[in-house]
Amino acid sequence: MATDERRSAEGKEPFVRFDRVQKSYDGETLVVKDLNLDISKGEFLTMLGPSGSGKTTCLMMLAGFETATHGDILLDGISINHIPPHRRGIGMVFQNYALFPHMTVAENLSFPLEVRKIAKSERESKVKKALDMVEMGDFGGRRPAQLSGGQQQRIALARALVFEPQLVLMDEPLGALDKQLREKMQFEITDLTHRLGITVVYVTHDQTEALTMSDRVAVFDDGRIQQVAKPDTLYEEPDNSFVAQFIGENNTLDGVVHSIGDGYALVKLENGEMIDCKPINVSRPGERTRVSIRPERVEFNKDRLHPDAHTLEAEVLEFIYMGDIFRTRVRVAGNESFIIKTRNAPDQARLEPGRIIEIGWLPDDCRALDTGT
Amino acid sequence: MRTPVFFDDRYPMIATAKHNGILAADGTPLKRSLARALRREKLRALILVMPLLIFVLLTFITPIANMLLRSIDNTIVGDTILYTVSDLNDWNGSDPPLPPENVFRSLYFDLFIAVETKRHTRLGSRLNYEQTGISSLFRRSGRKLDDIGKEIEKTLIASDARWTDGQTWFDLFAARNEGDADPELFDRQFLRIQRLQGELGNIDIDFMPSKSIAKALPLATREYTAWAIHTASIEGEDIAQTRPWESIPVALIYDMQQPDFAIEIKNWLSQSSPHPIEKLSTESIDYPLDFTDILRKIHKDWGDIEVWQTIKVHSNDYTSGYFLNAVDMRKSLDGPTIQPENKRILITLFIRTVQMSLIITLACILLGYPVAWLMANLPMRTANLLIILVLLPFWTSLLVRTSAWKVMLQQQGVINETLVWLGVVATDNRLEIINNQIGTIVAMTHILLPFMILPMYSVMQTISPSYVRAAKSLGANDWTAFLRVYFPQSIPGIGAGSILVFILSIGYYITPEIVGGTDGVFISNRIAYHISRSLNWGLAAALGTILLMVVLVLYWTYDRIVGIDNVKLG
Ligand SMILES: Nc1ncnc2c1ncn2[C@@H]1O[C@H](COP(=O)(O)OP(=O)(O)OP(=O)(O)O)[C@@H](O)[C@H]1O
Ligand SMILES: [Mg+2]
Repeated sequence: MATDERRSAEGKEPFVRFDRVQKSYDGETLVVKDLNLDISKGEFLTMLGPSGSGKTTCLMMLAGFETATHGDILLDGISINHIPPHRRGIGMVFQNYALFPHMTVAENLSFPLEVRKIAKSERESKVKKALDMVEMGDFGGRRPAQLSGGQQQRIALARALVFEPQLVLMDEPLGALDKQLREKMQFEITDLTHRLGITVVYVTHDQTEALTMSDRVAVFDDGRIQQVAKPDTLYEEPDNSFVAQFIGENNTLDGVVHSIGDGYALVKLENGEMIDCKPINVSRPGERTRVSIRPERVEFNKDRLHPDAHTLEAEVLEFIYMGDIFRTRVRVAGNESFIIKTRNAPDQARLEPGRIIEIGWLPDDCRALDTGT
Repeated sequence: MRTPVFFDDRYPMIATAKHNGILAADGTPLKRSLARALRREKLRALILVMPLLIFVLLTFITPIANMLLRSIDNTIVGDTILYTVSDLNDWNGSDPPLPPENVFRSLYFDLFIAVETKRHTRLGSRLNYEQTGISSLFRRSGRKLDDIGKEIEKTLIASDARWTDGQTWFDLFAARNEGDADPELFDRQFLRIQRLQGELGNIDIDFMPSKSIAKALPLATREYTAWAIHTASIEGEDIAQTRPWESIPVALIYDMQQPDFAIEIKNWLSQSSPHPIEKLSTESIDYPLDFTDILRKIHKDWGDIEVWQTIKVHSNDYTSGYFLNAVDMRKSLDGPTIQPENKRILITLFIRTVQMSLIITLACILLGYPVAWLMANLPMRTANLLIILVLLPFWTSLLVRTSAWKVMLQQQGVINETLVWLGVVATDNRLEIINNQIGTIVAMTHILLPFMILPMYSVMQTISPSYVRAAKSLGANDWTAFLRVYFPQSIPGIGAGSILVFILSIGYYITPEIVGGTDGVFISNRIAYHISRSLNWGLAAALGTILLMVVLVLYWTYDRIVGIDNVKLG
């Protein structure tokens, strides 16, 4: 049910809305510049972006610990600019968990219920339920310092959920965990929040995490949202060269638009070669552009090359064996860090450095974007 | 629930293995090899800290231990009037109303040596702590003690002029040969002089008392030996060429009046060359020697039973007297008794010291907490400025700061003038806020405040702001978030600050001395008084020891209630 609702959220009144929000800490520079974002009920939205791009700031404004210098934040249609944090009813999981060290796990969980003046018996059953929910039922009597990182993480999650908030914010909650535990927790968090139908705003700068967990991802850079989209759209159809670079691995070739028409743009590369691309944010001939091609869409095996594919000459510089895949670094049109990714199949060629090969791709896989400056 | 496997009887092997413990790779029990490894590490650490340890031990612990020892040390009485003290043991302190004659006799000779070695005034001052007037009794007696001896000397010289000669005396008392020597007597007297004078060292003394003359003249031989040791070791003179103290003729006459004298002196004379003592023993010297009478004539107070009781009560080498004095009690013949009302001040002073220290600590907490909080939560630059302001007092001398409070608080001071000017108080009704407890509390709170703020600050600094944020996001308002989340985490800082301030304050001296007047002074001011003014170091040491105990007990209580591991200095 929750999933369907999420998918068909468009058109309905959004649950959370950032309306032309700006934020400056020092009155000189804007840390968040003109933020517009709608989040629908039950959605799992991730804010992804490099360090210092303003993700935490946005989250803090939503939680009420920072005030927006301009613009409105609406929760369920109501502006919350002047509601103090403790009355917003938003659950929050902090990066360092912020479990109260002087209280036991059960007391930590009971705290939000106590301040809401909930009766003792009900409190106890809710705490127990929340602990069972994160499979930590036996740990109620422990202090946070006696728990492992992953266990603390679960308790923090349980604490943010125990008072049944509609919206939960998480600021890099898995940053301190090792890779395996992180992947396990990623699954548990999405599973749990989907089951409970809770709206989640999640902050991370790990793109894999963002792609695997989210319904939608908002890519932040320099205080602006660069693109908000579903994970697959974000990967396959990035709106600009920042997103293309930031999400996944990406090959770029710089050039100038020669002509546009018929849904394709002819781009003249720096070494004079002409290639066909899909124009994304180029509009007129003569414009400088950066062409983006995903490494796994590049092919050098003539038998597999599509007849429509455009081909270029490349020199193999390096062959890197990575187990499941091979990475081959080649020089193409003056670019020496052009990567080709191939699957480790029995018939796959392992190219030795120095070889001259012919590489190609479909014009649809090749997107002419801005130069990113 | 299922029983865990290793407690199951069906698996005896596992159970035994568990009992024997785990073995290390070389087969020794793991516990033992771990202990060995740890011991080696501990030893290495110990060697590393050894220089500091020795330094602290020598320069800190030893003087303190020595000081504390003084609080029970009473050897001065036994050292100075050795024989009197031992004779007094046979007197029960009330019946007869004066000690028997032998006590007076011992005192005469003990005192004589004490006077010659100038130790009697010290003993007088010591006993004066217990009973006023004893000091002057000893001093005055010292001046008149040799009168009787001078008279007796004259009688001796009238009998034979050779009595003026040191050699005569030496021939009388010195052992004739090895078999006649009395090394035991010599050793006892050597120890006596040593107790009086301190370590004598390894000095050659050309004298050994004679066993046979000691039979005829026991007292005189004893005193002559003591004199000889003193003269040879301290004065460094030739015994045989020096005339002994006037007390020796007195002892001689006393001995001659004893019943055994006639026979014993004949024995002695039969074996020695002619000596003036022969003529003297035939003359009947009917000199009345009643030492009770002699001493009472020297000073009437020797007939006062209280003086004797005081000496008897305080004659042991170790005494609880100073401690009893420190808690307004007194050692008496009937055990510890309460001091007379006008002398009961110390308990009050102790209670006041603790009370005022608590008030000061509390005031420091109340004033310091907000400052520490601000320092921990303001932006770096402002916080640094605050820290400098907090530390500023440390850059000014303690005396200057305290005197500044005098300027502020006195009757014509800044505060009073301002209040008068504002019309809040009348000119003839100015506030008394100095030279009393208020003055001490105000000035000391100000002076000790940094010691509260700094530990609080360093603890608060470690409390991440995300805790309060978390509390708020969980629905707590500002006050609840502070009370339930921030405050409990800052308690270790309060604890550390409180211990620091309380312990500093309980032993504080300068500030109460300057601004405390009479009722705002602390126990340490009393200690200082006894150390530098009344010179009653024993009492000062006892007070200091009690103060130390109070602090330790409070520390222990604190540990039980709050837990010392809850104290953090940062
Ligand atoms: N309290 C503050 N006062 C002044 N500037 C701040 C404050 N908090 C953040 N900033 C600035 O705002 C910008 C955005 O910070 P923010 O914490 O939102 O980044 P972020 O995207 O969460 O980065 P990260 O991934 O490293 O957590 C940064 O340039 C930071 O220096
Ligand atoms: Mg952040």
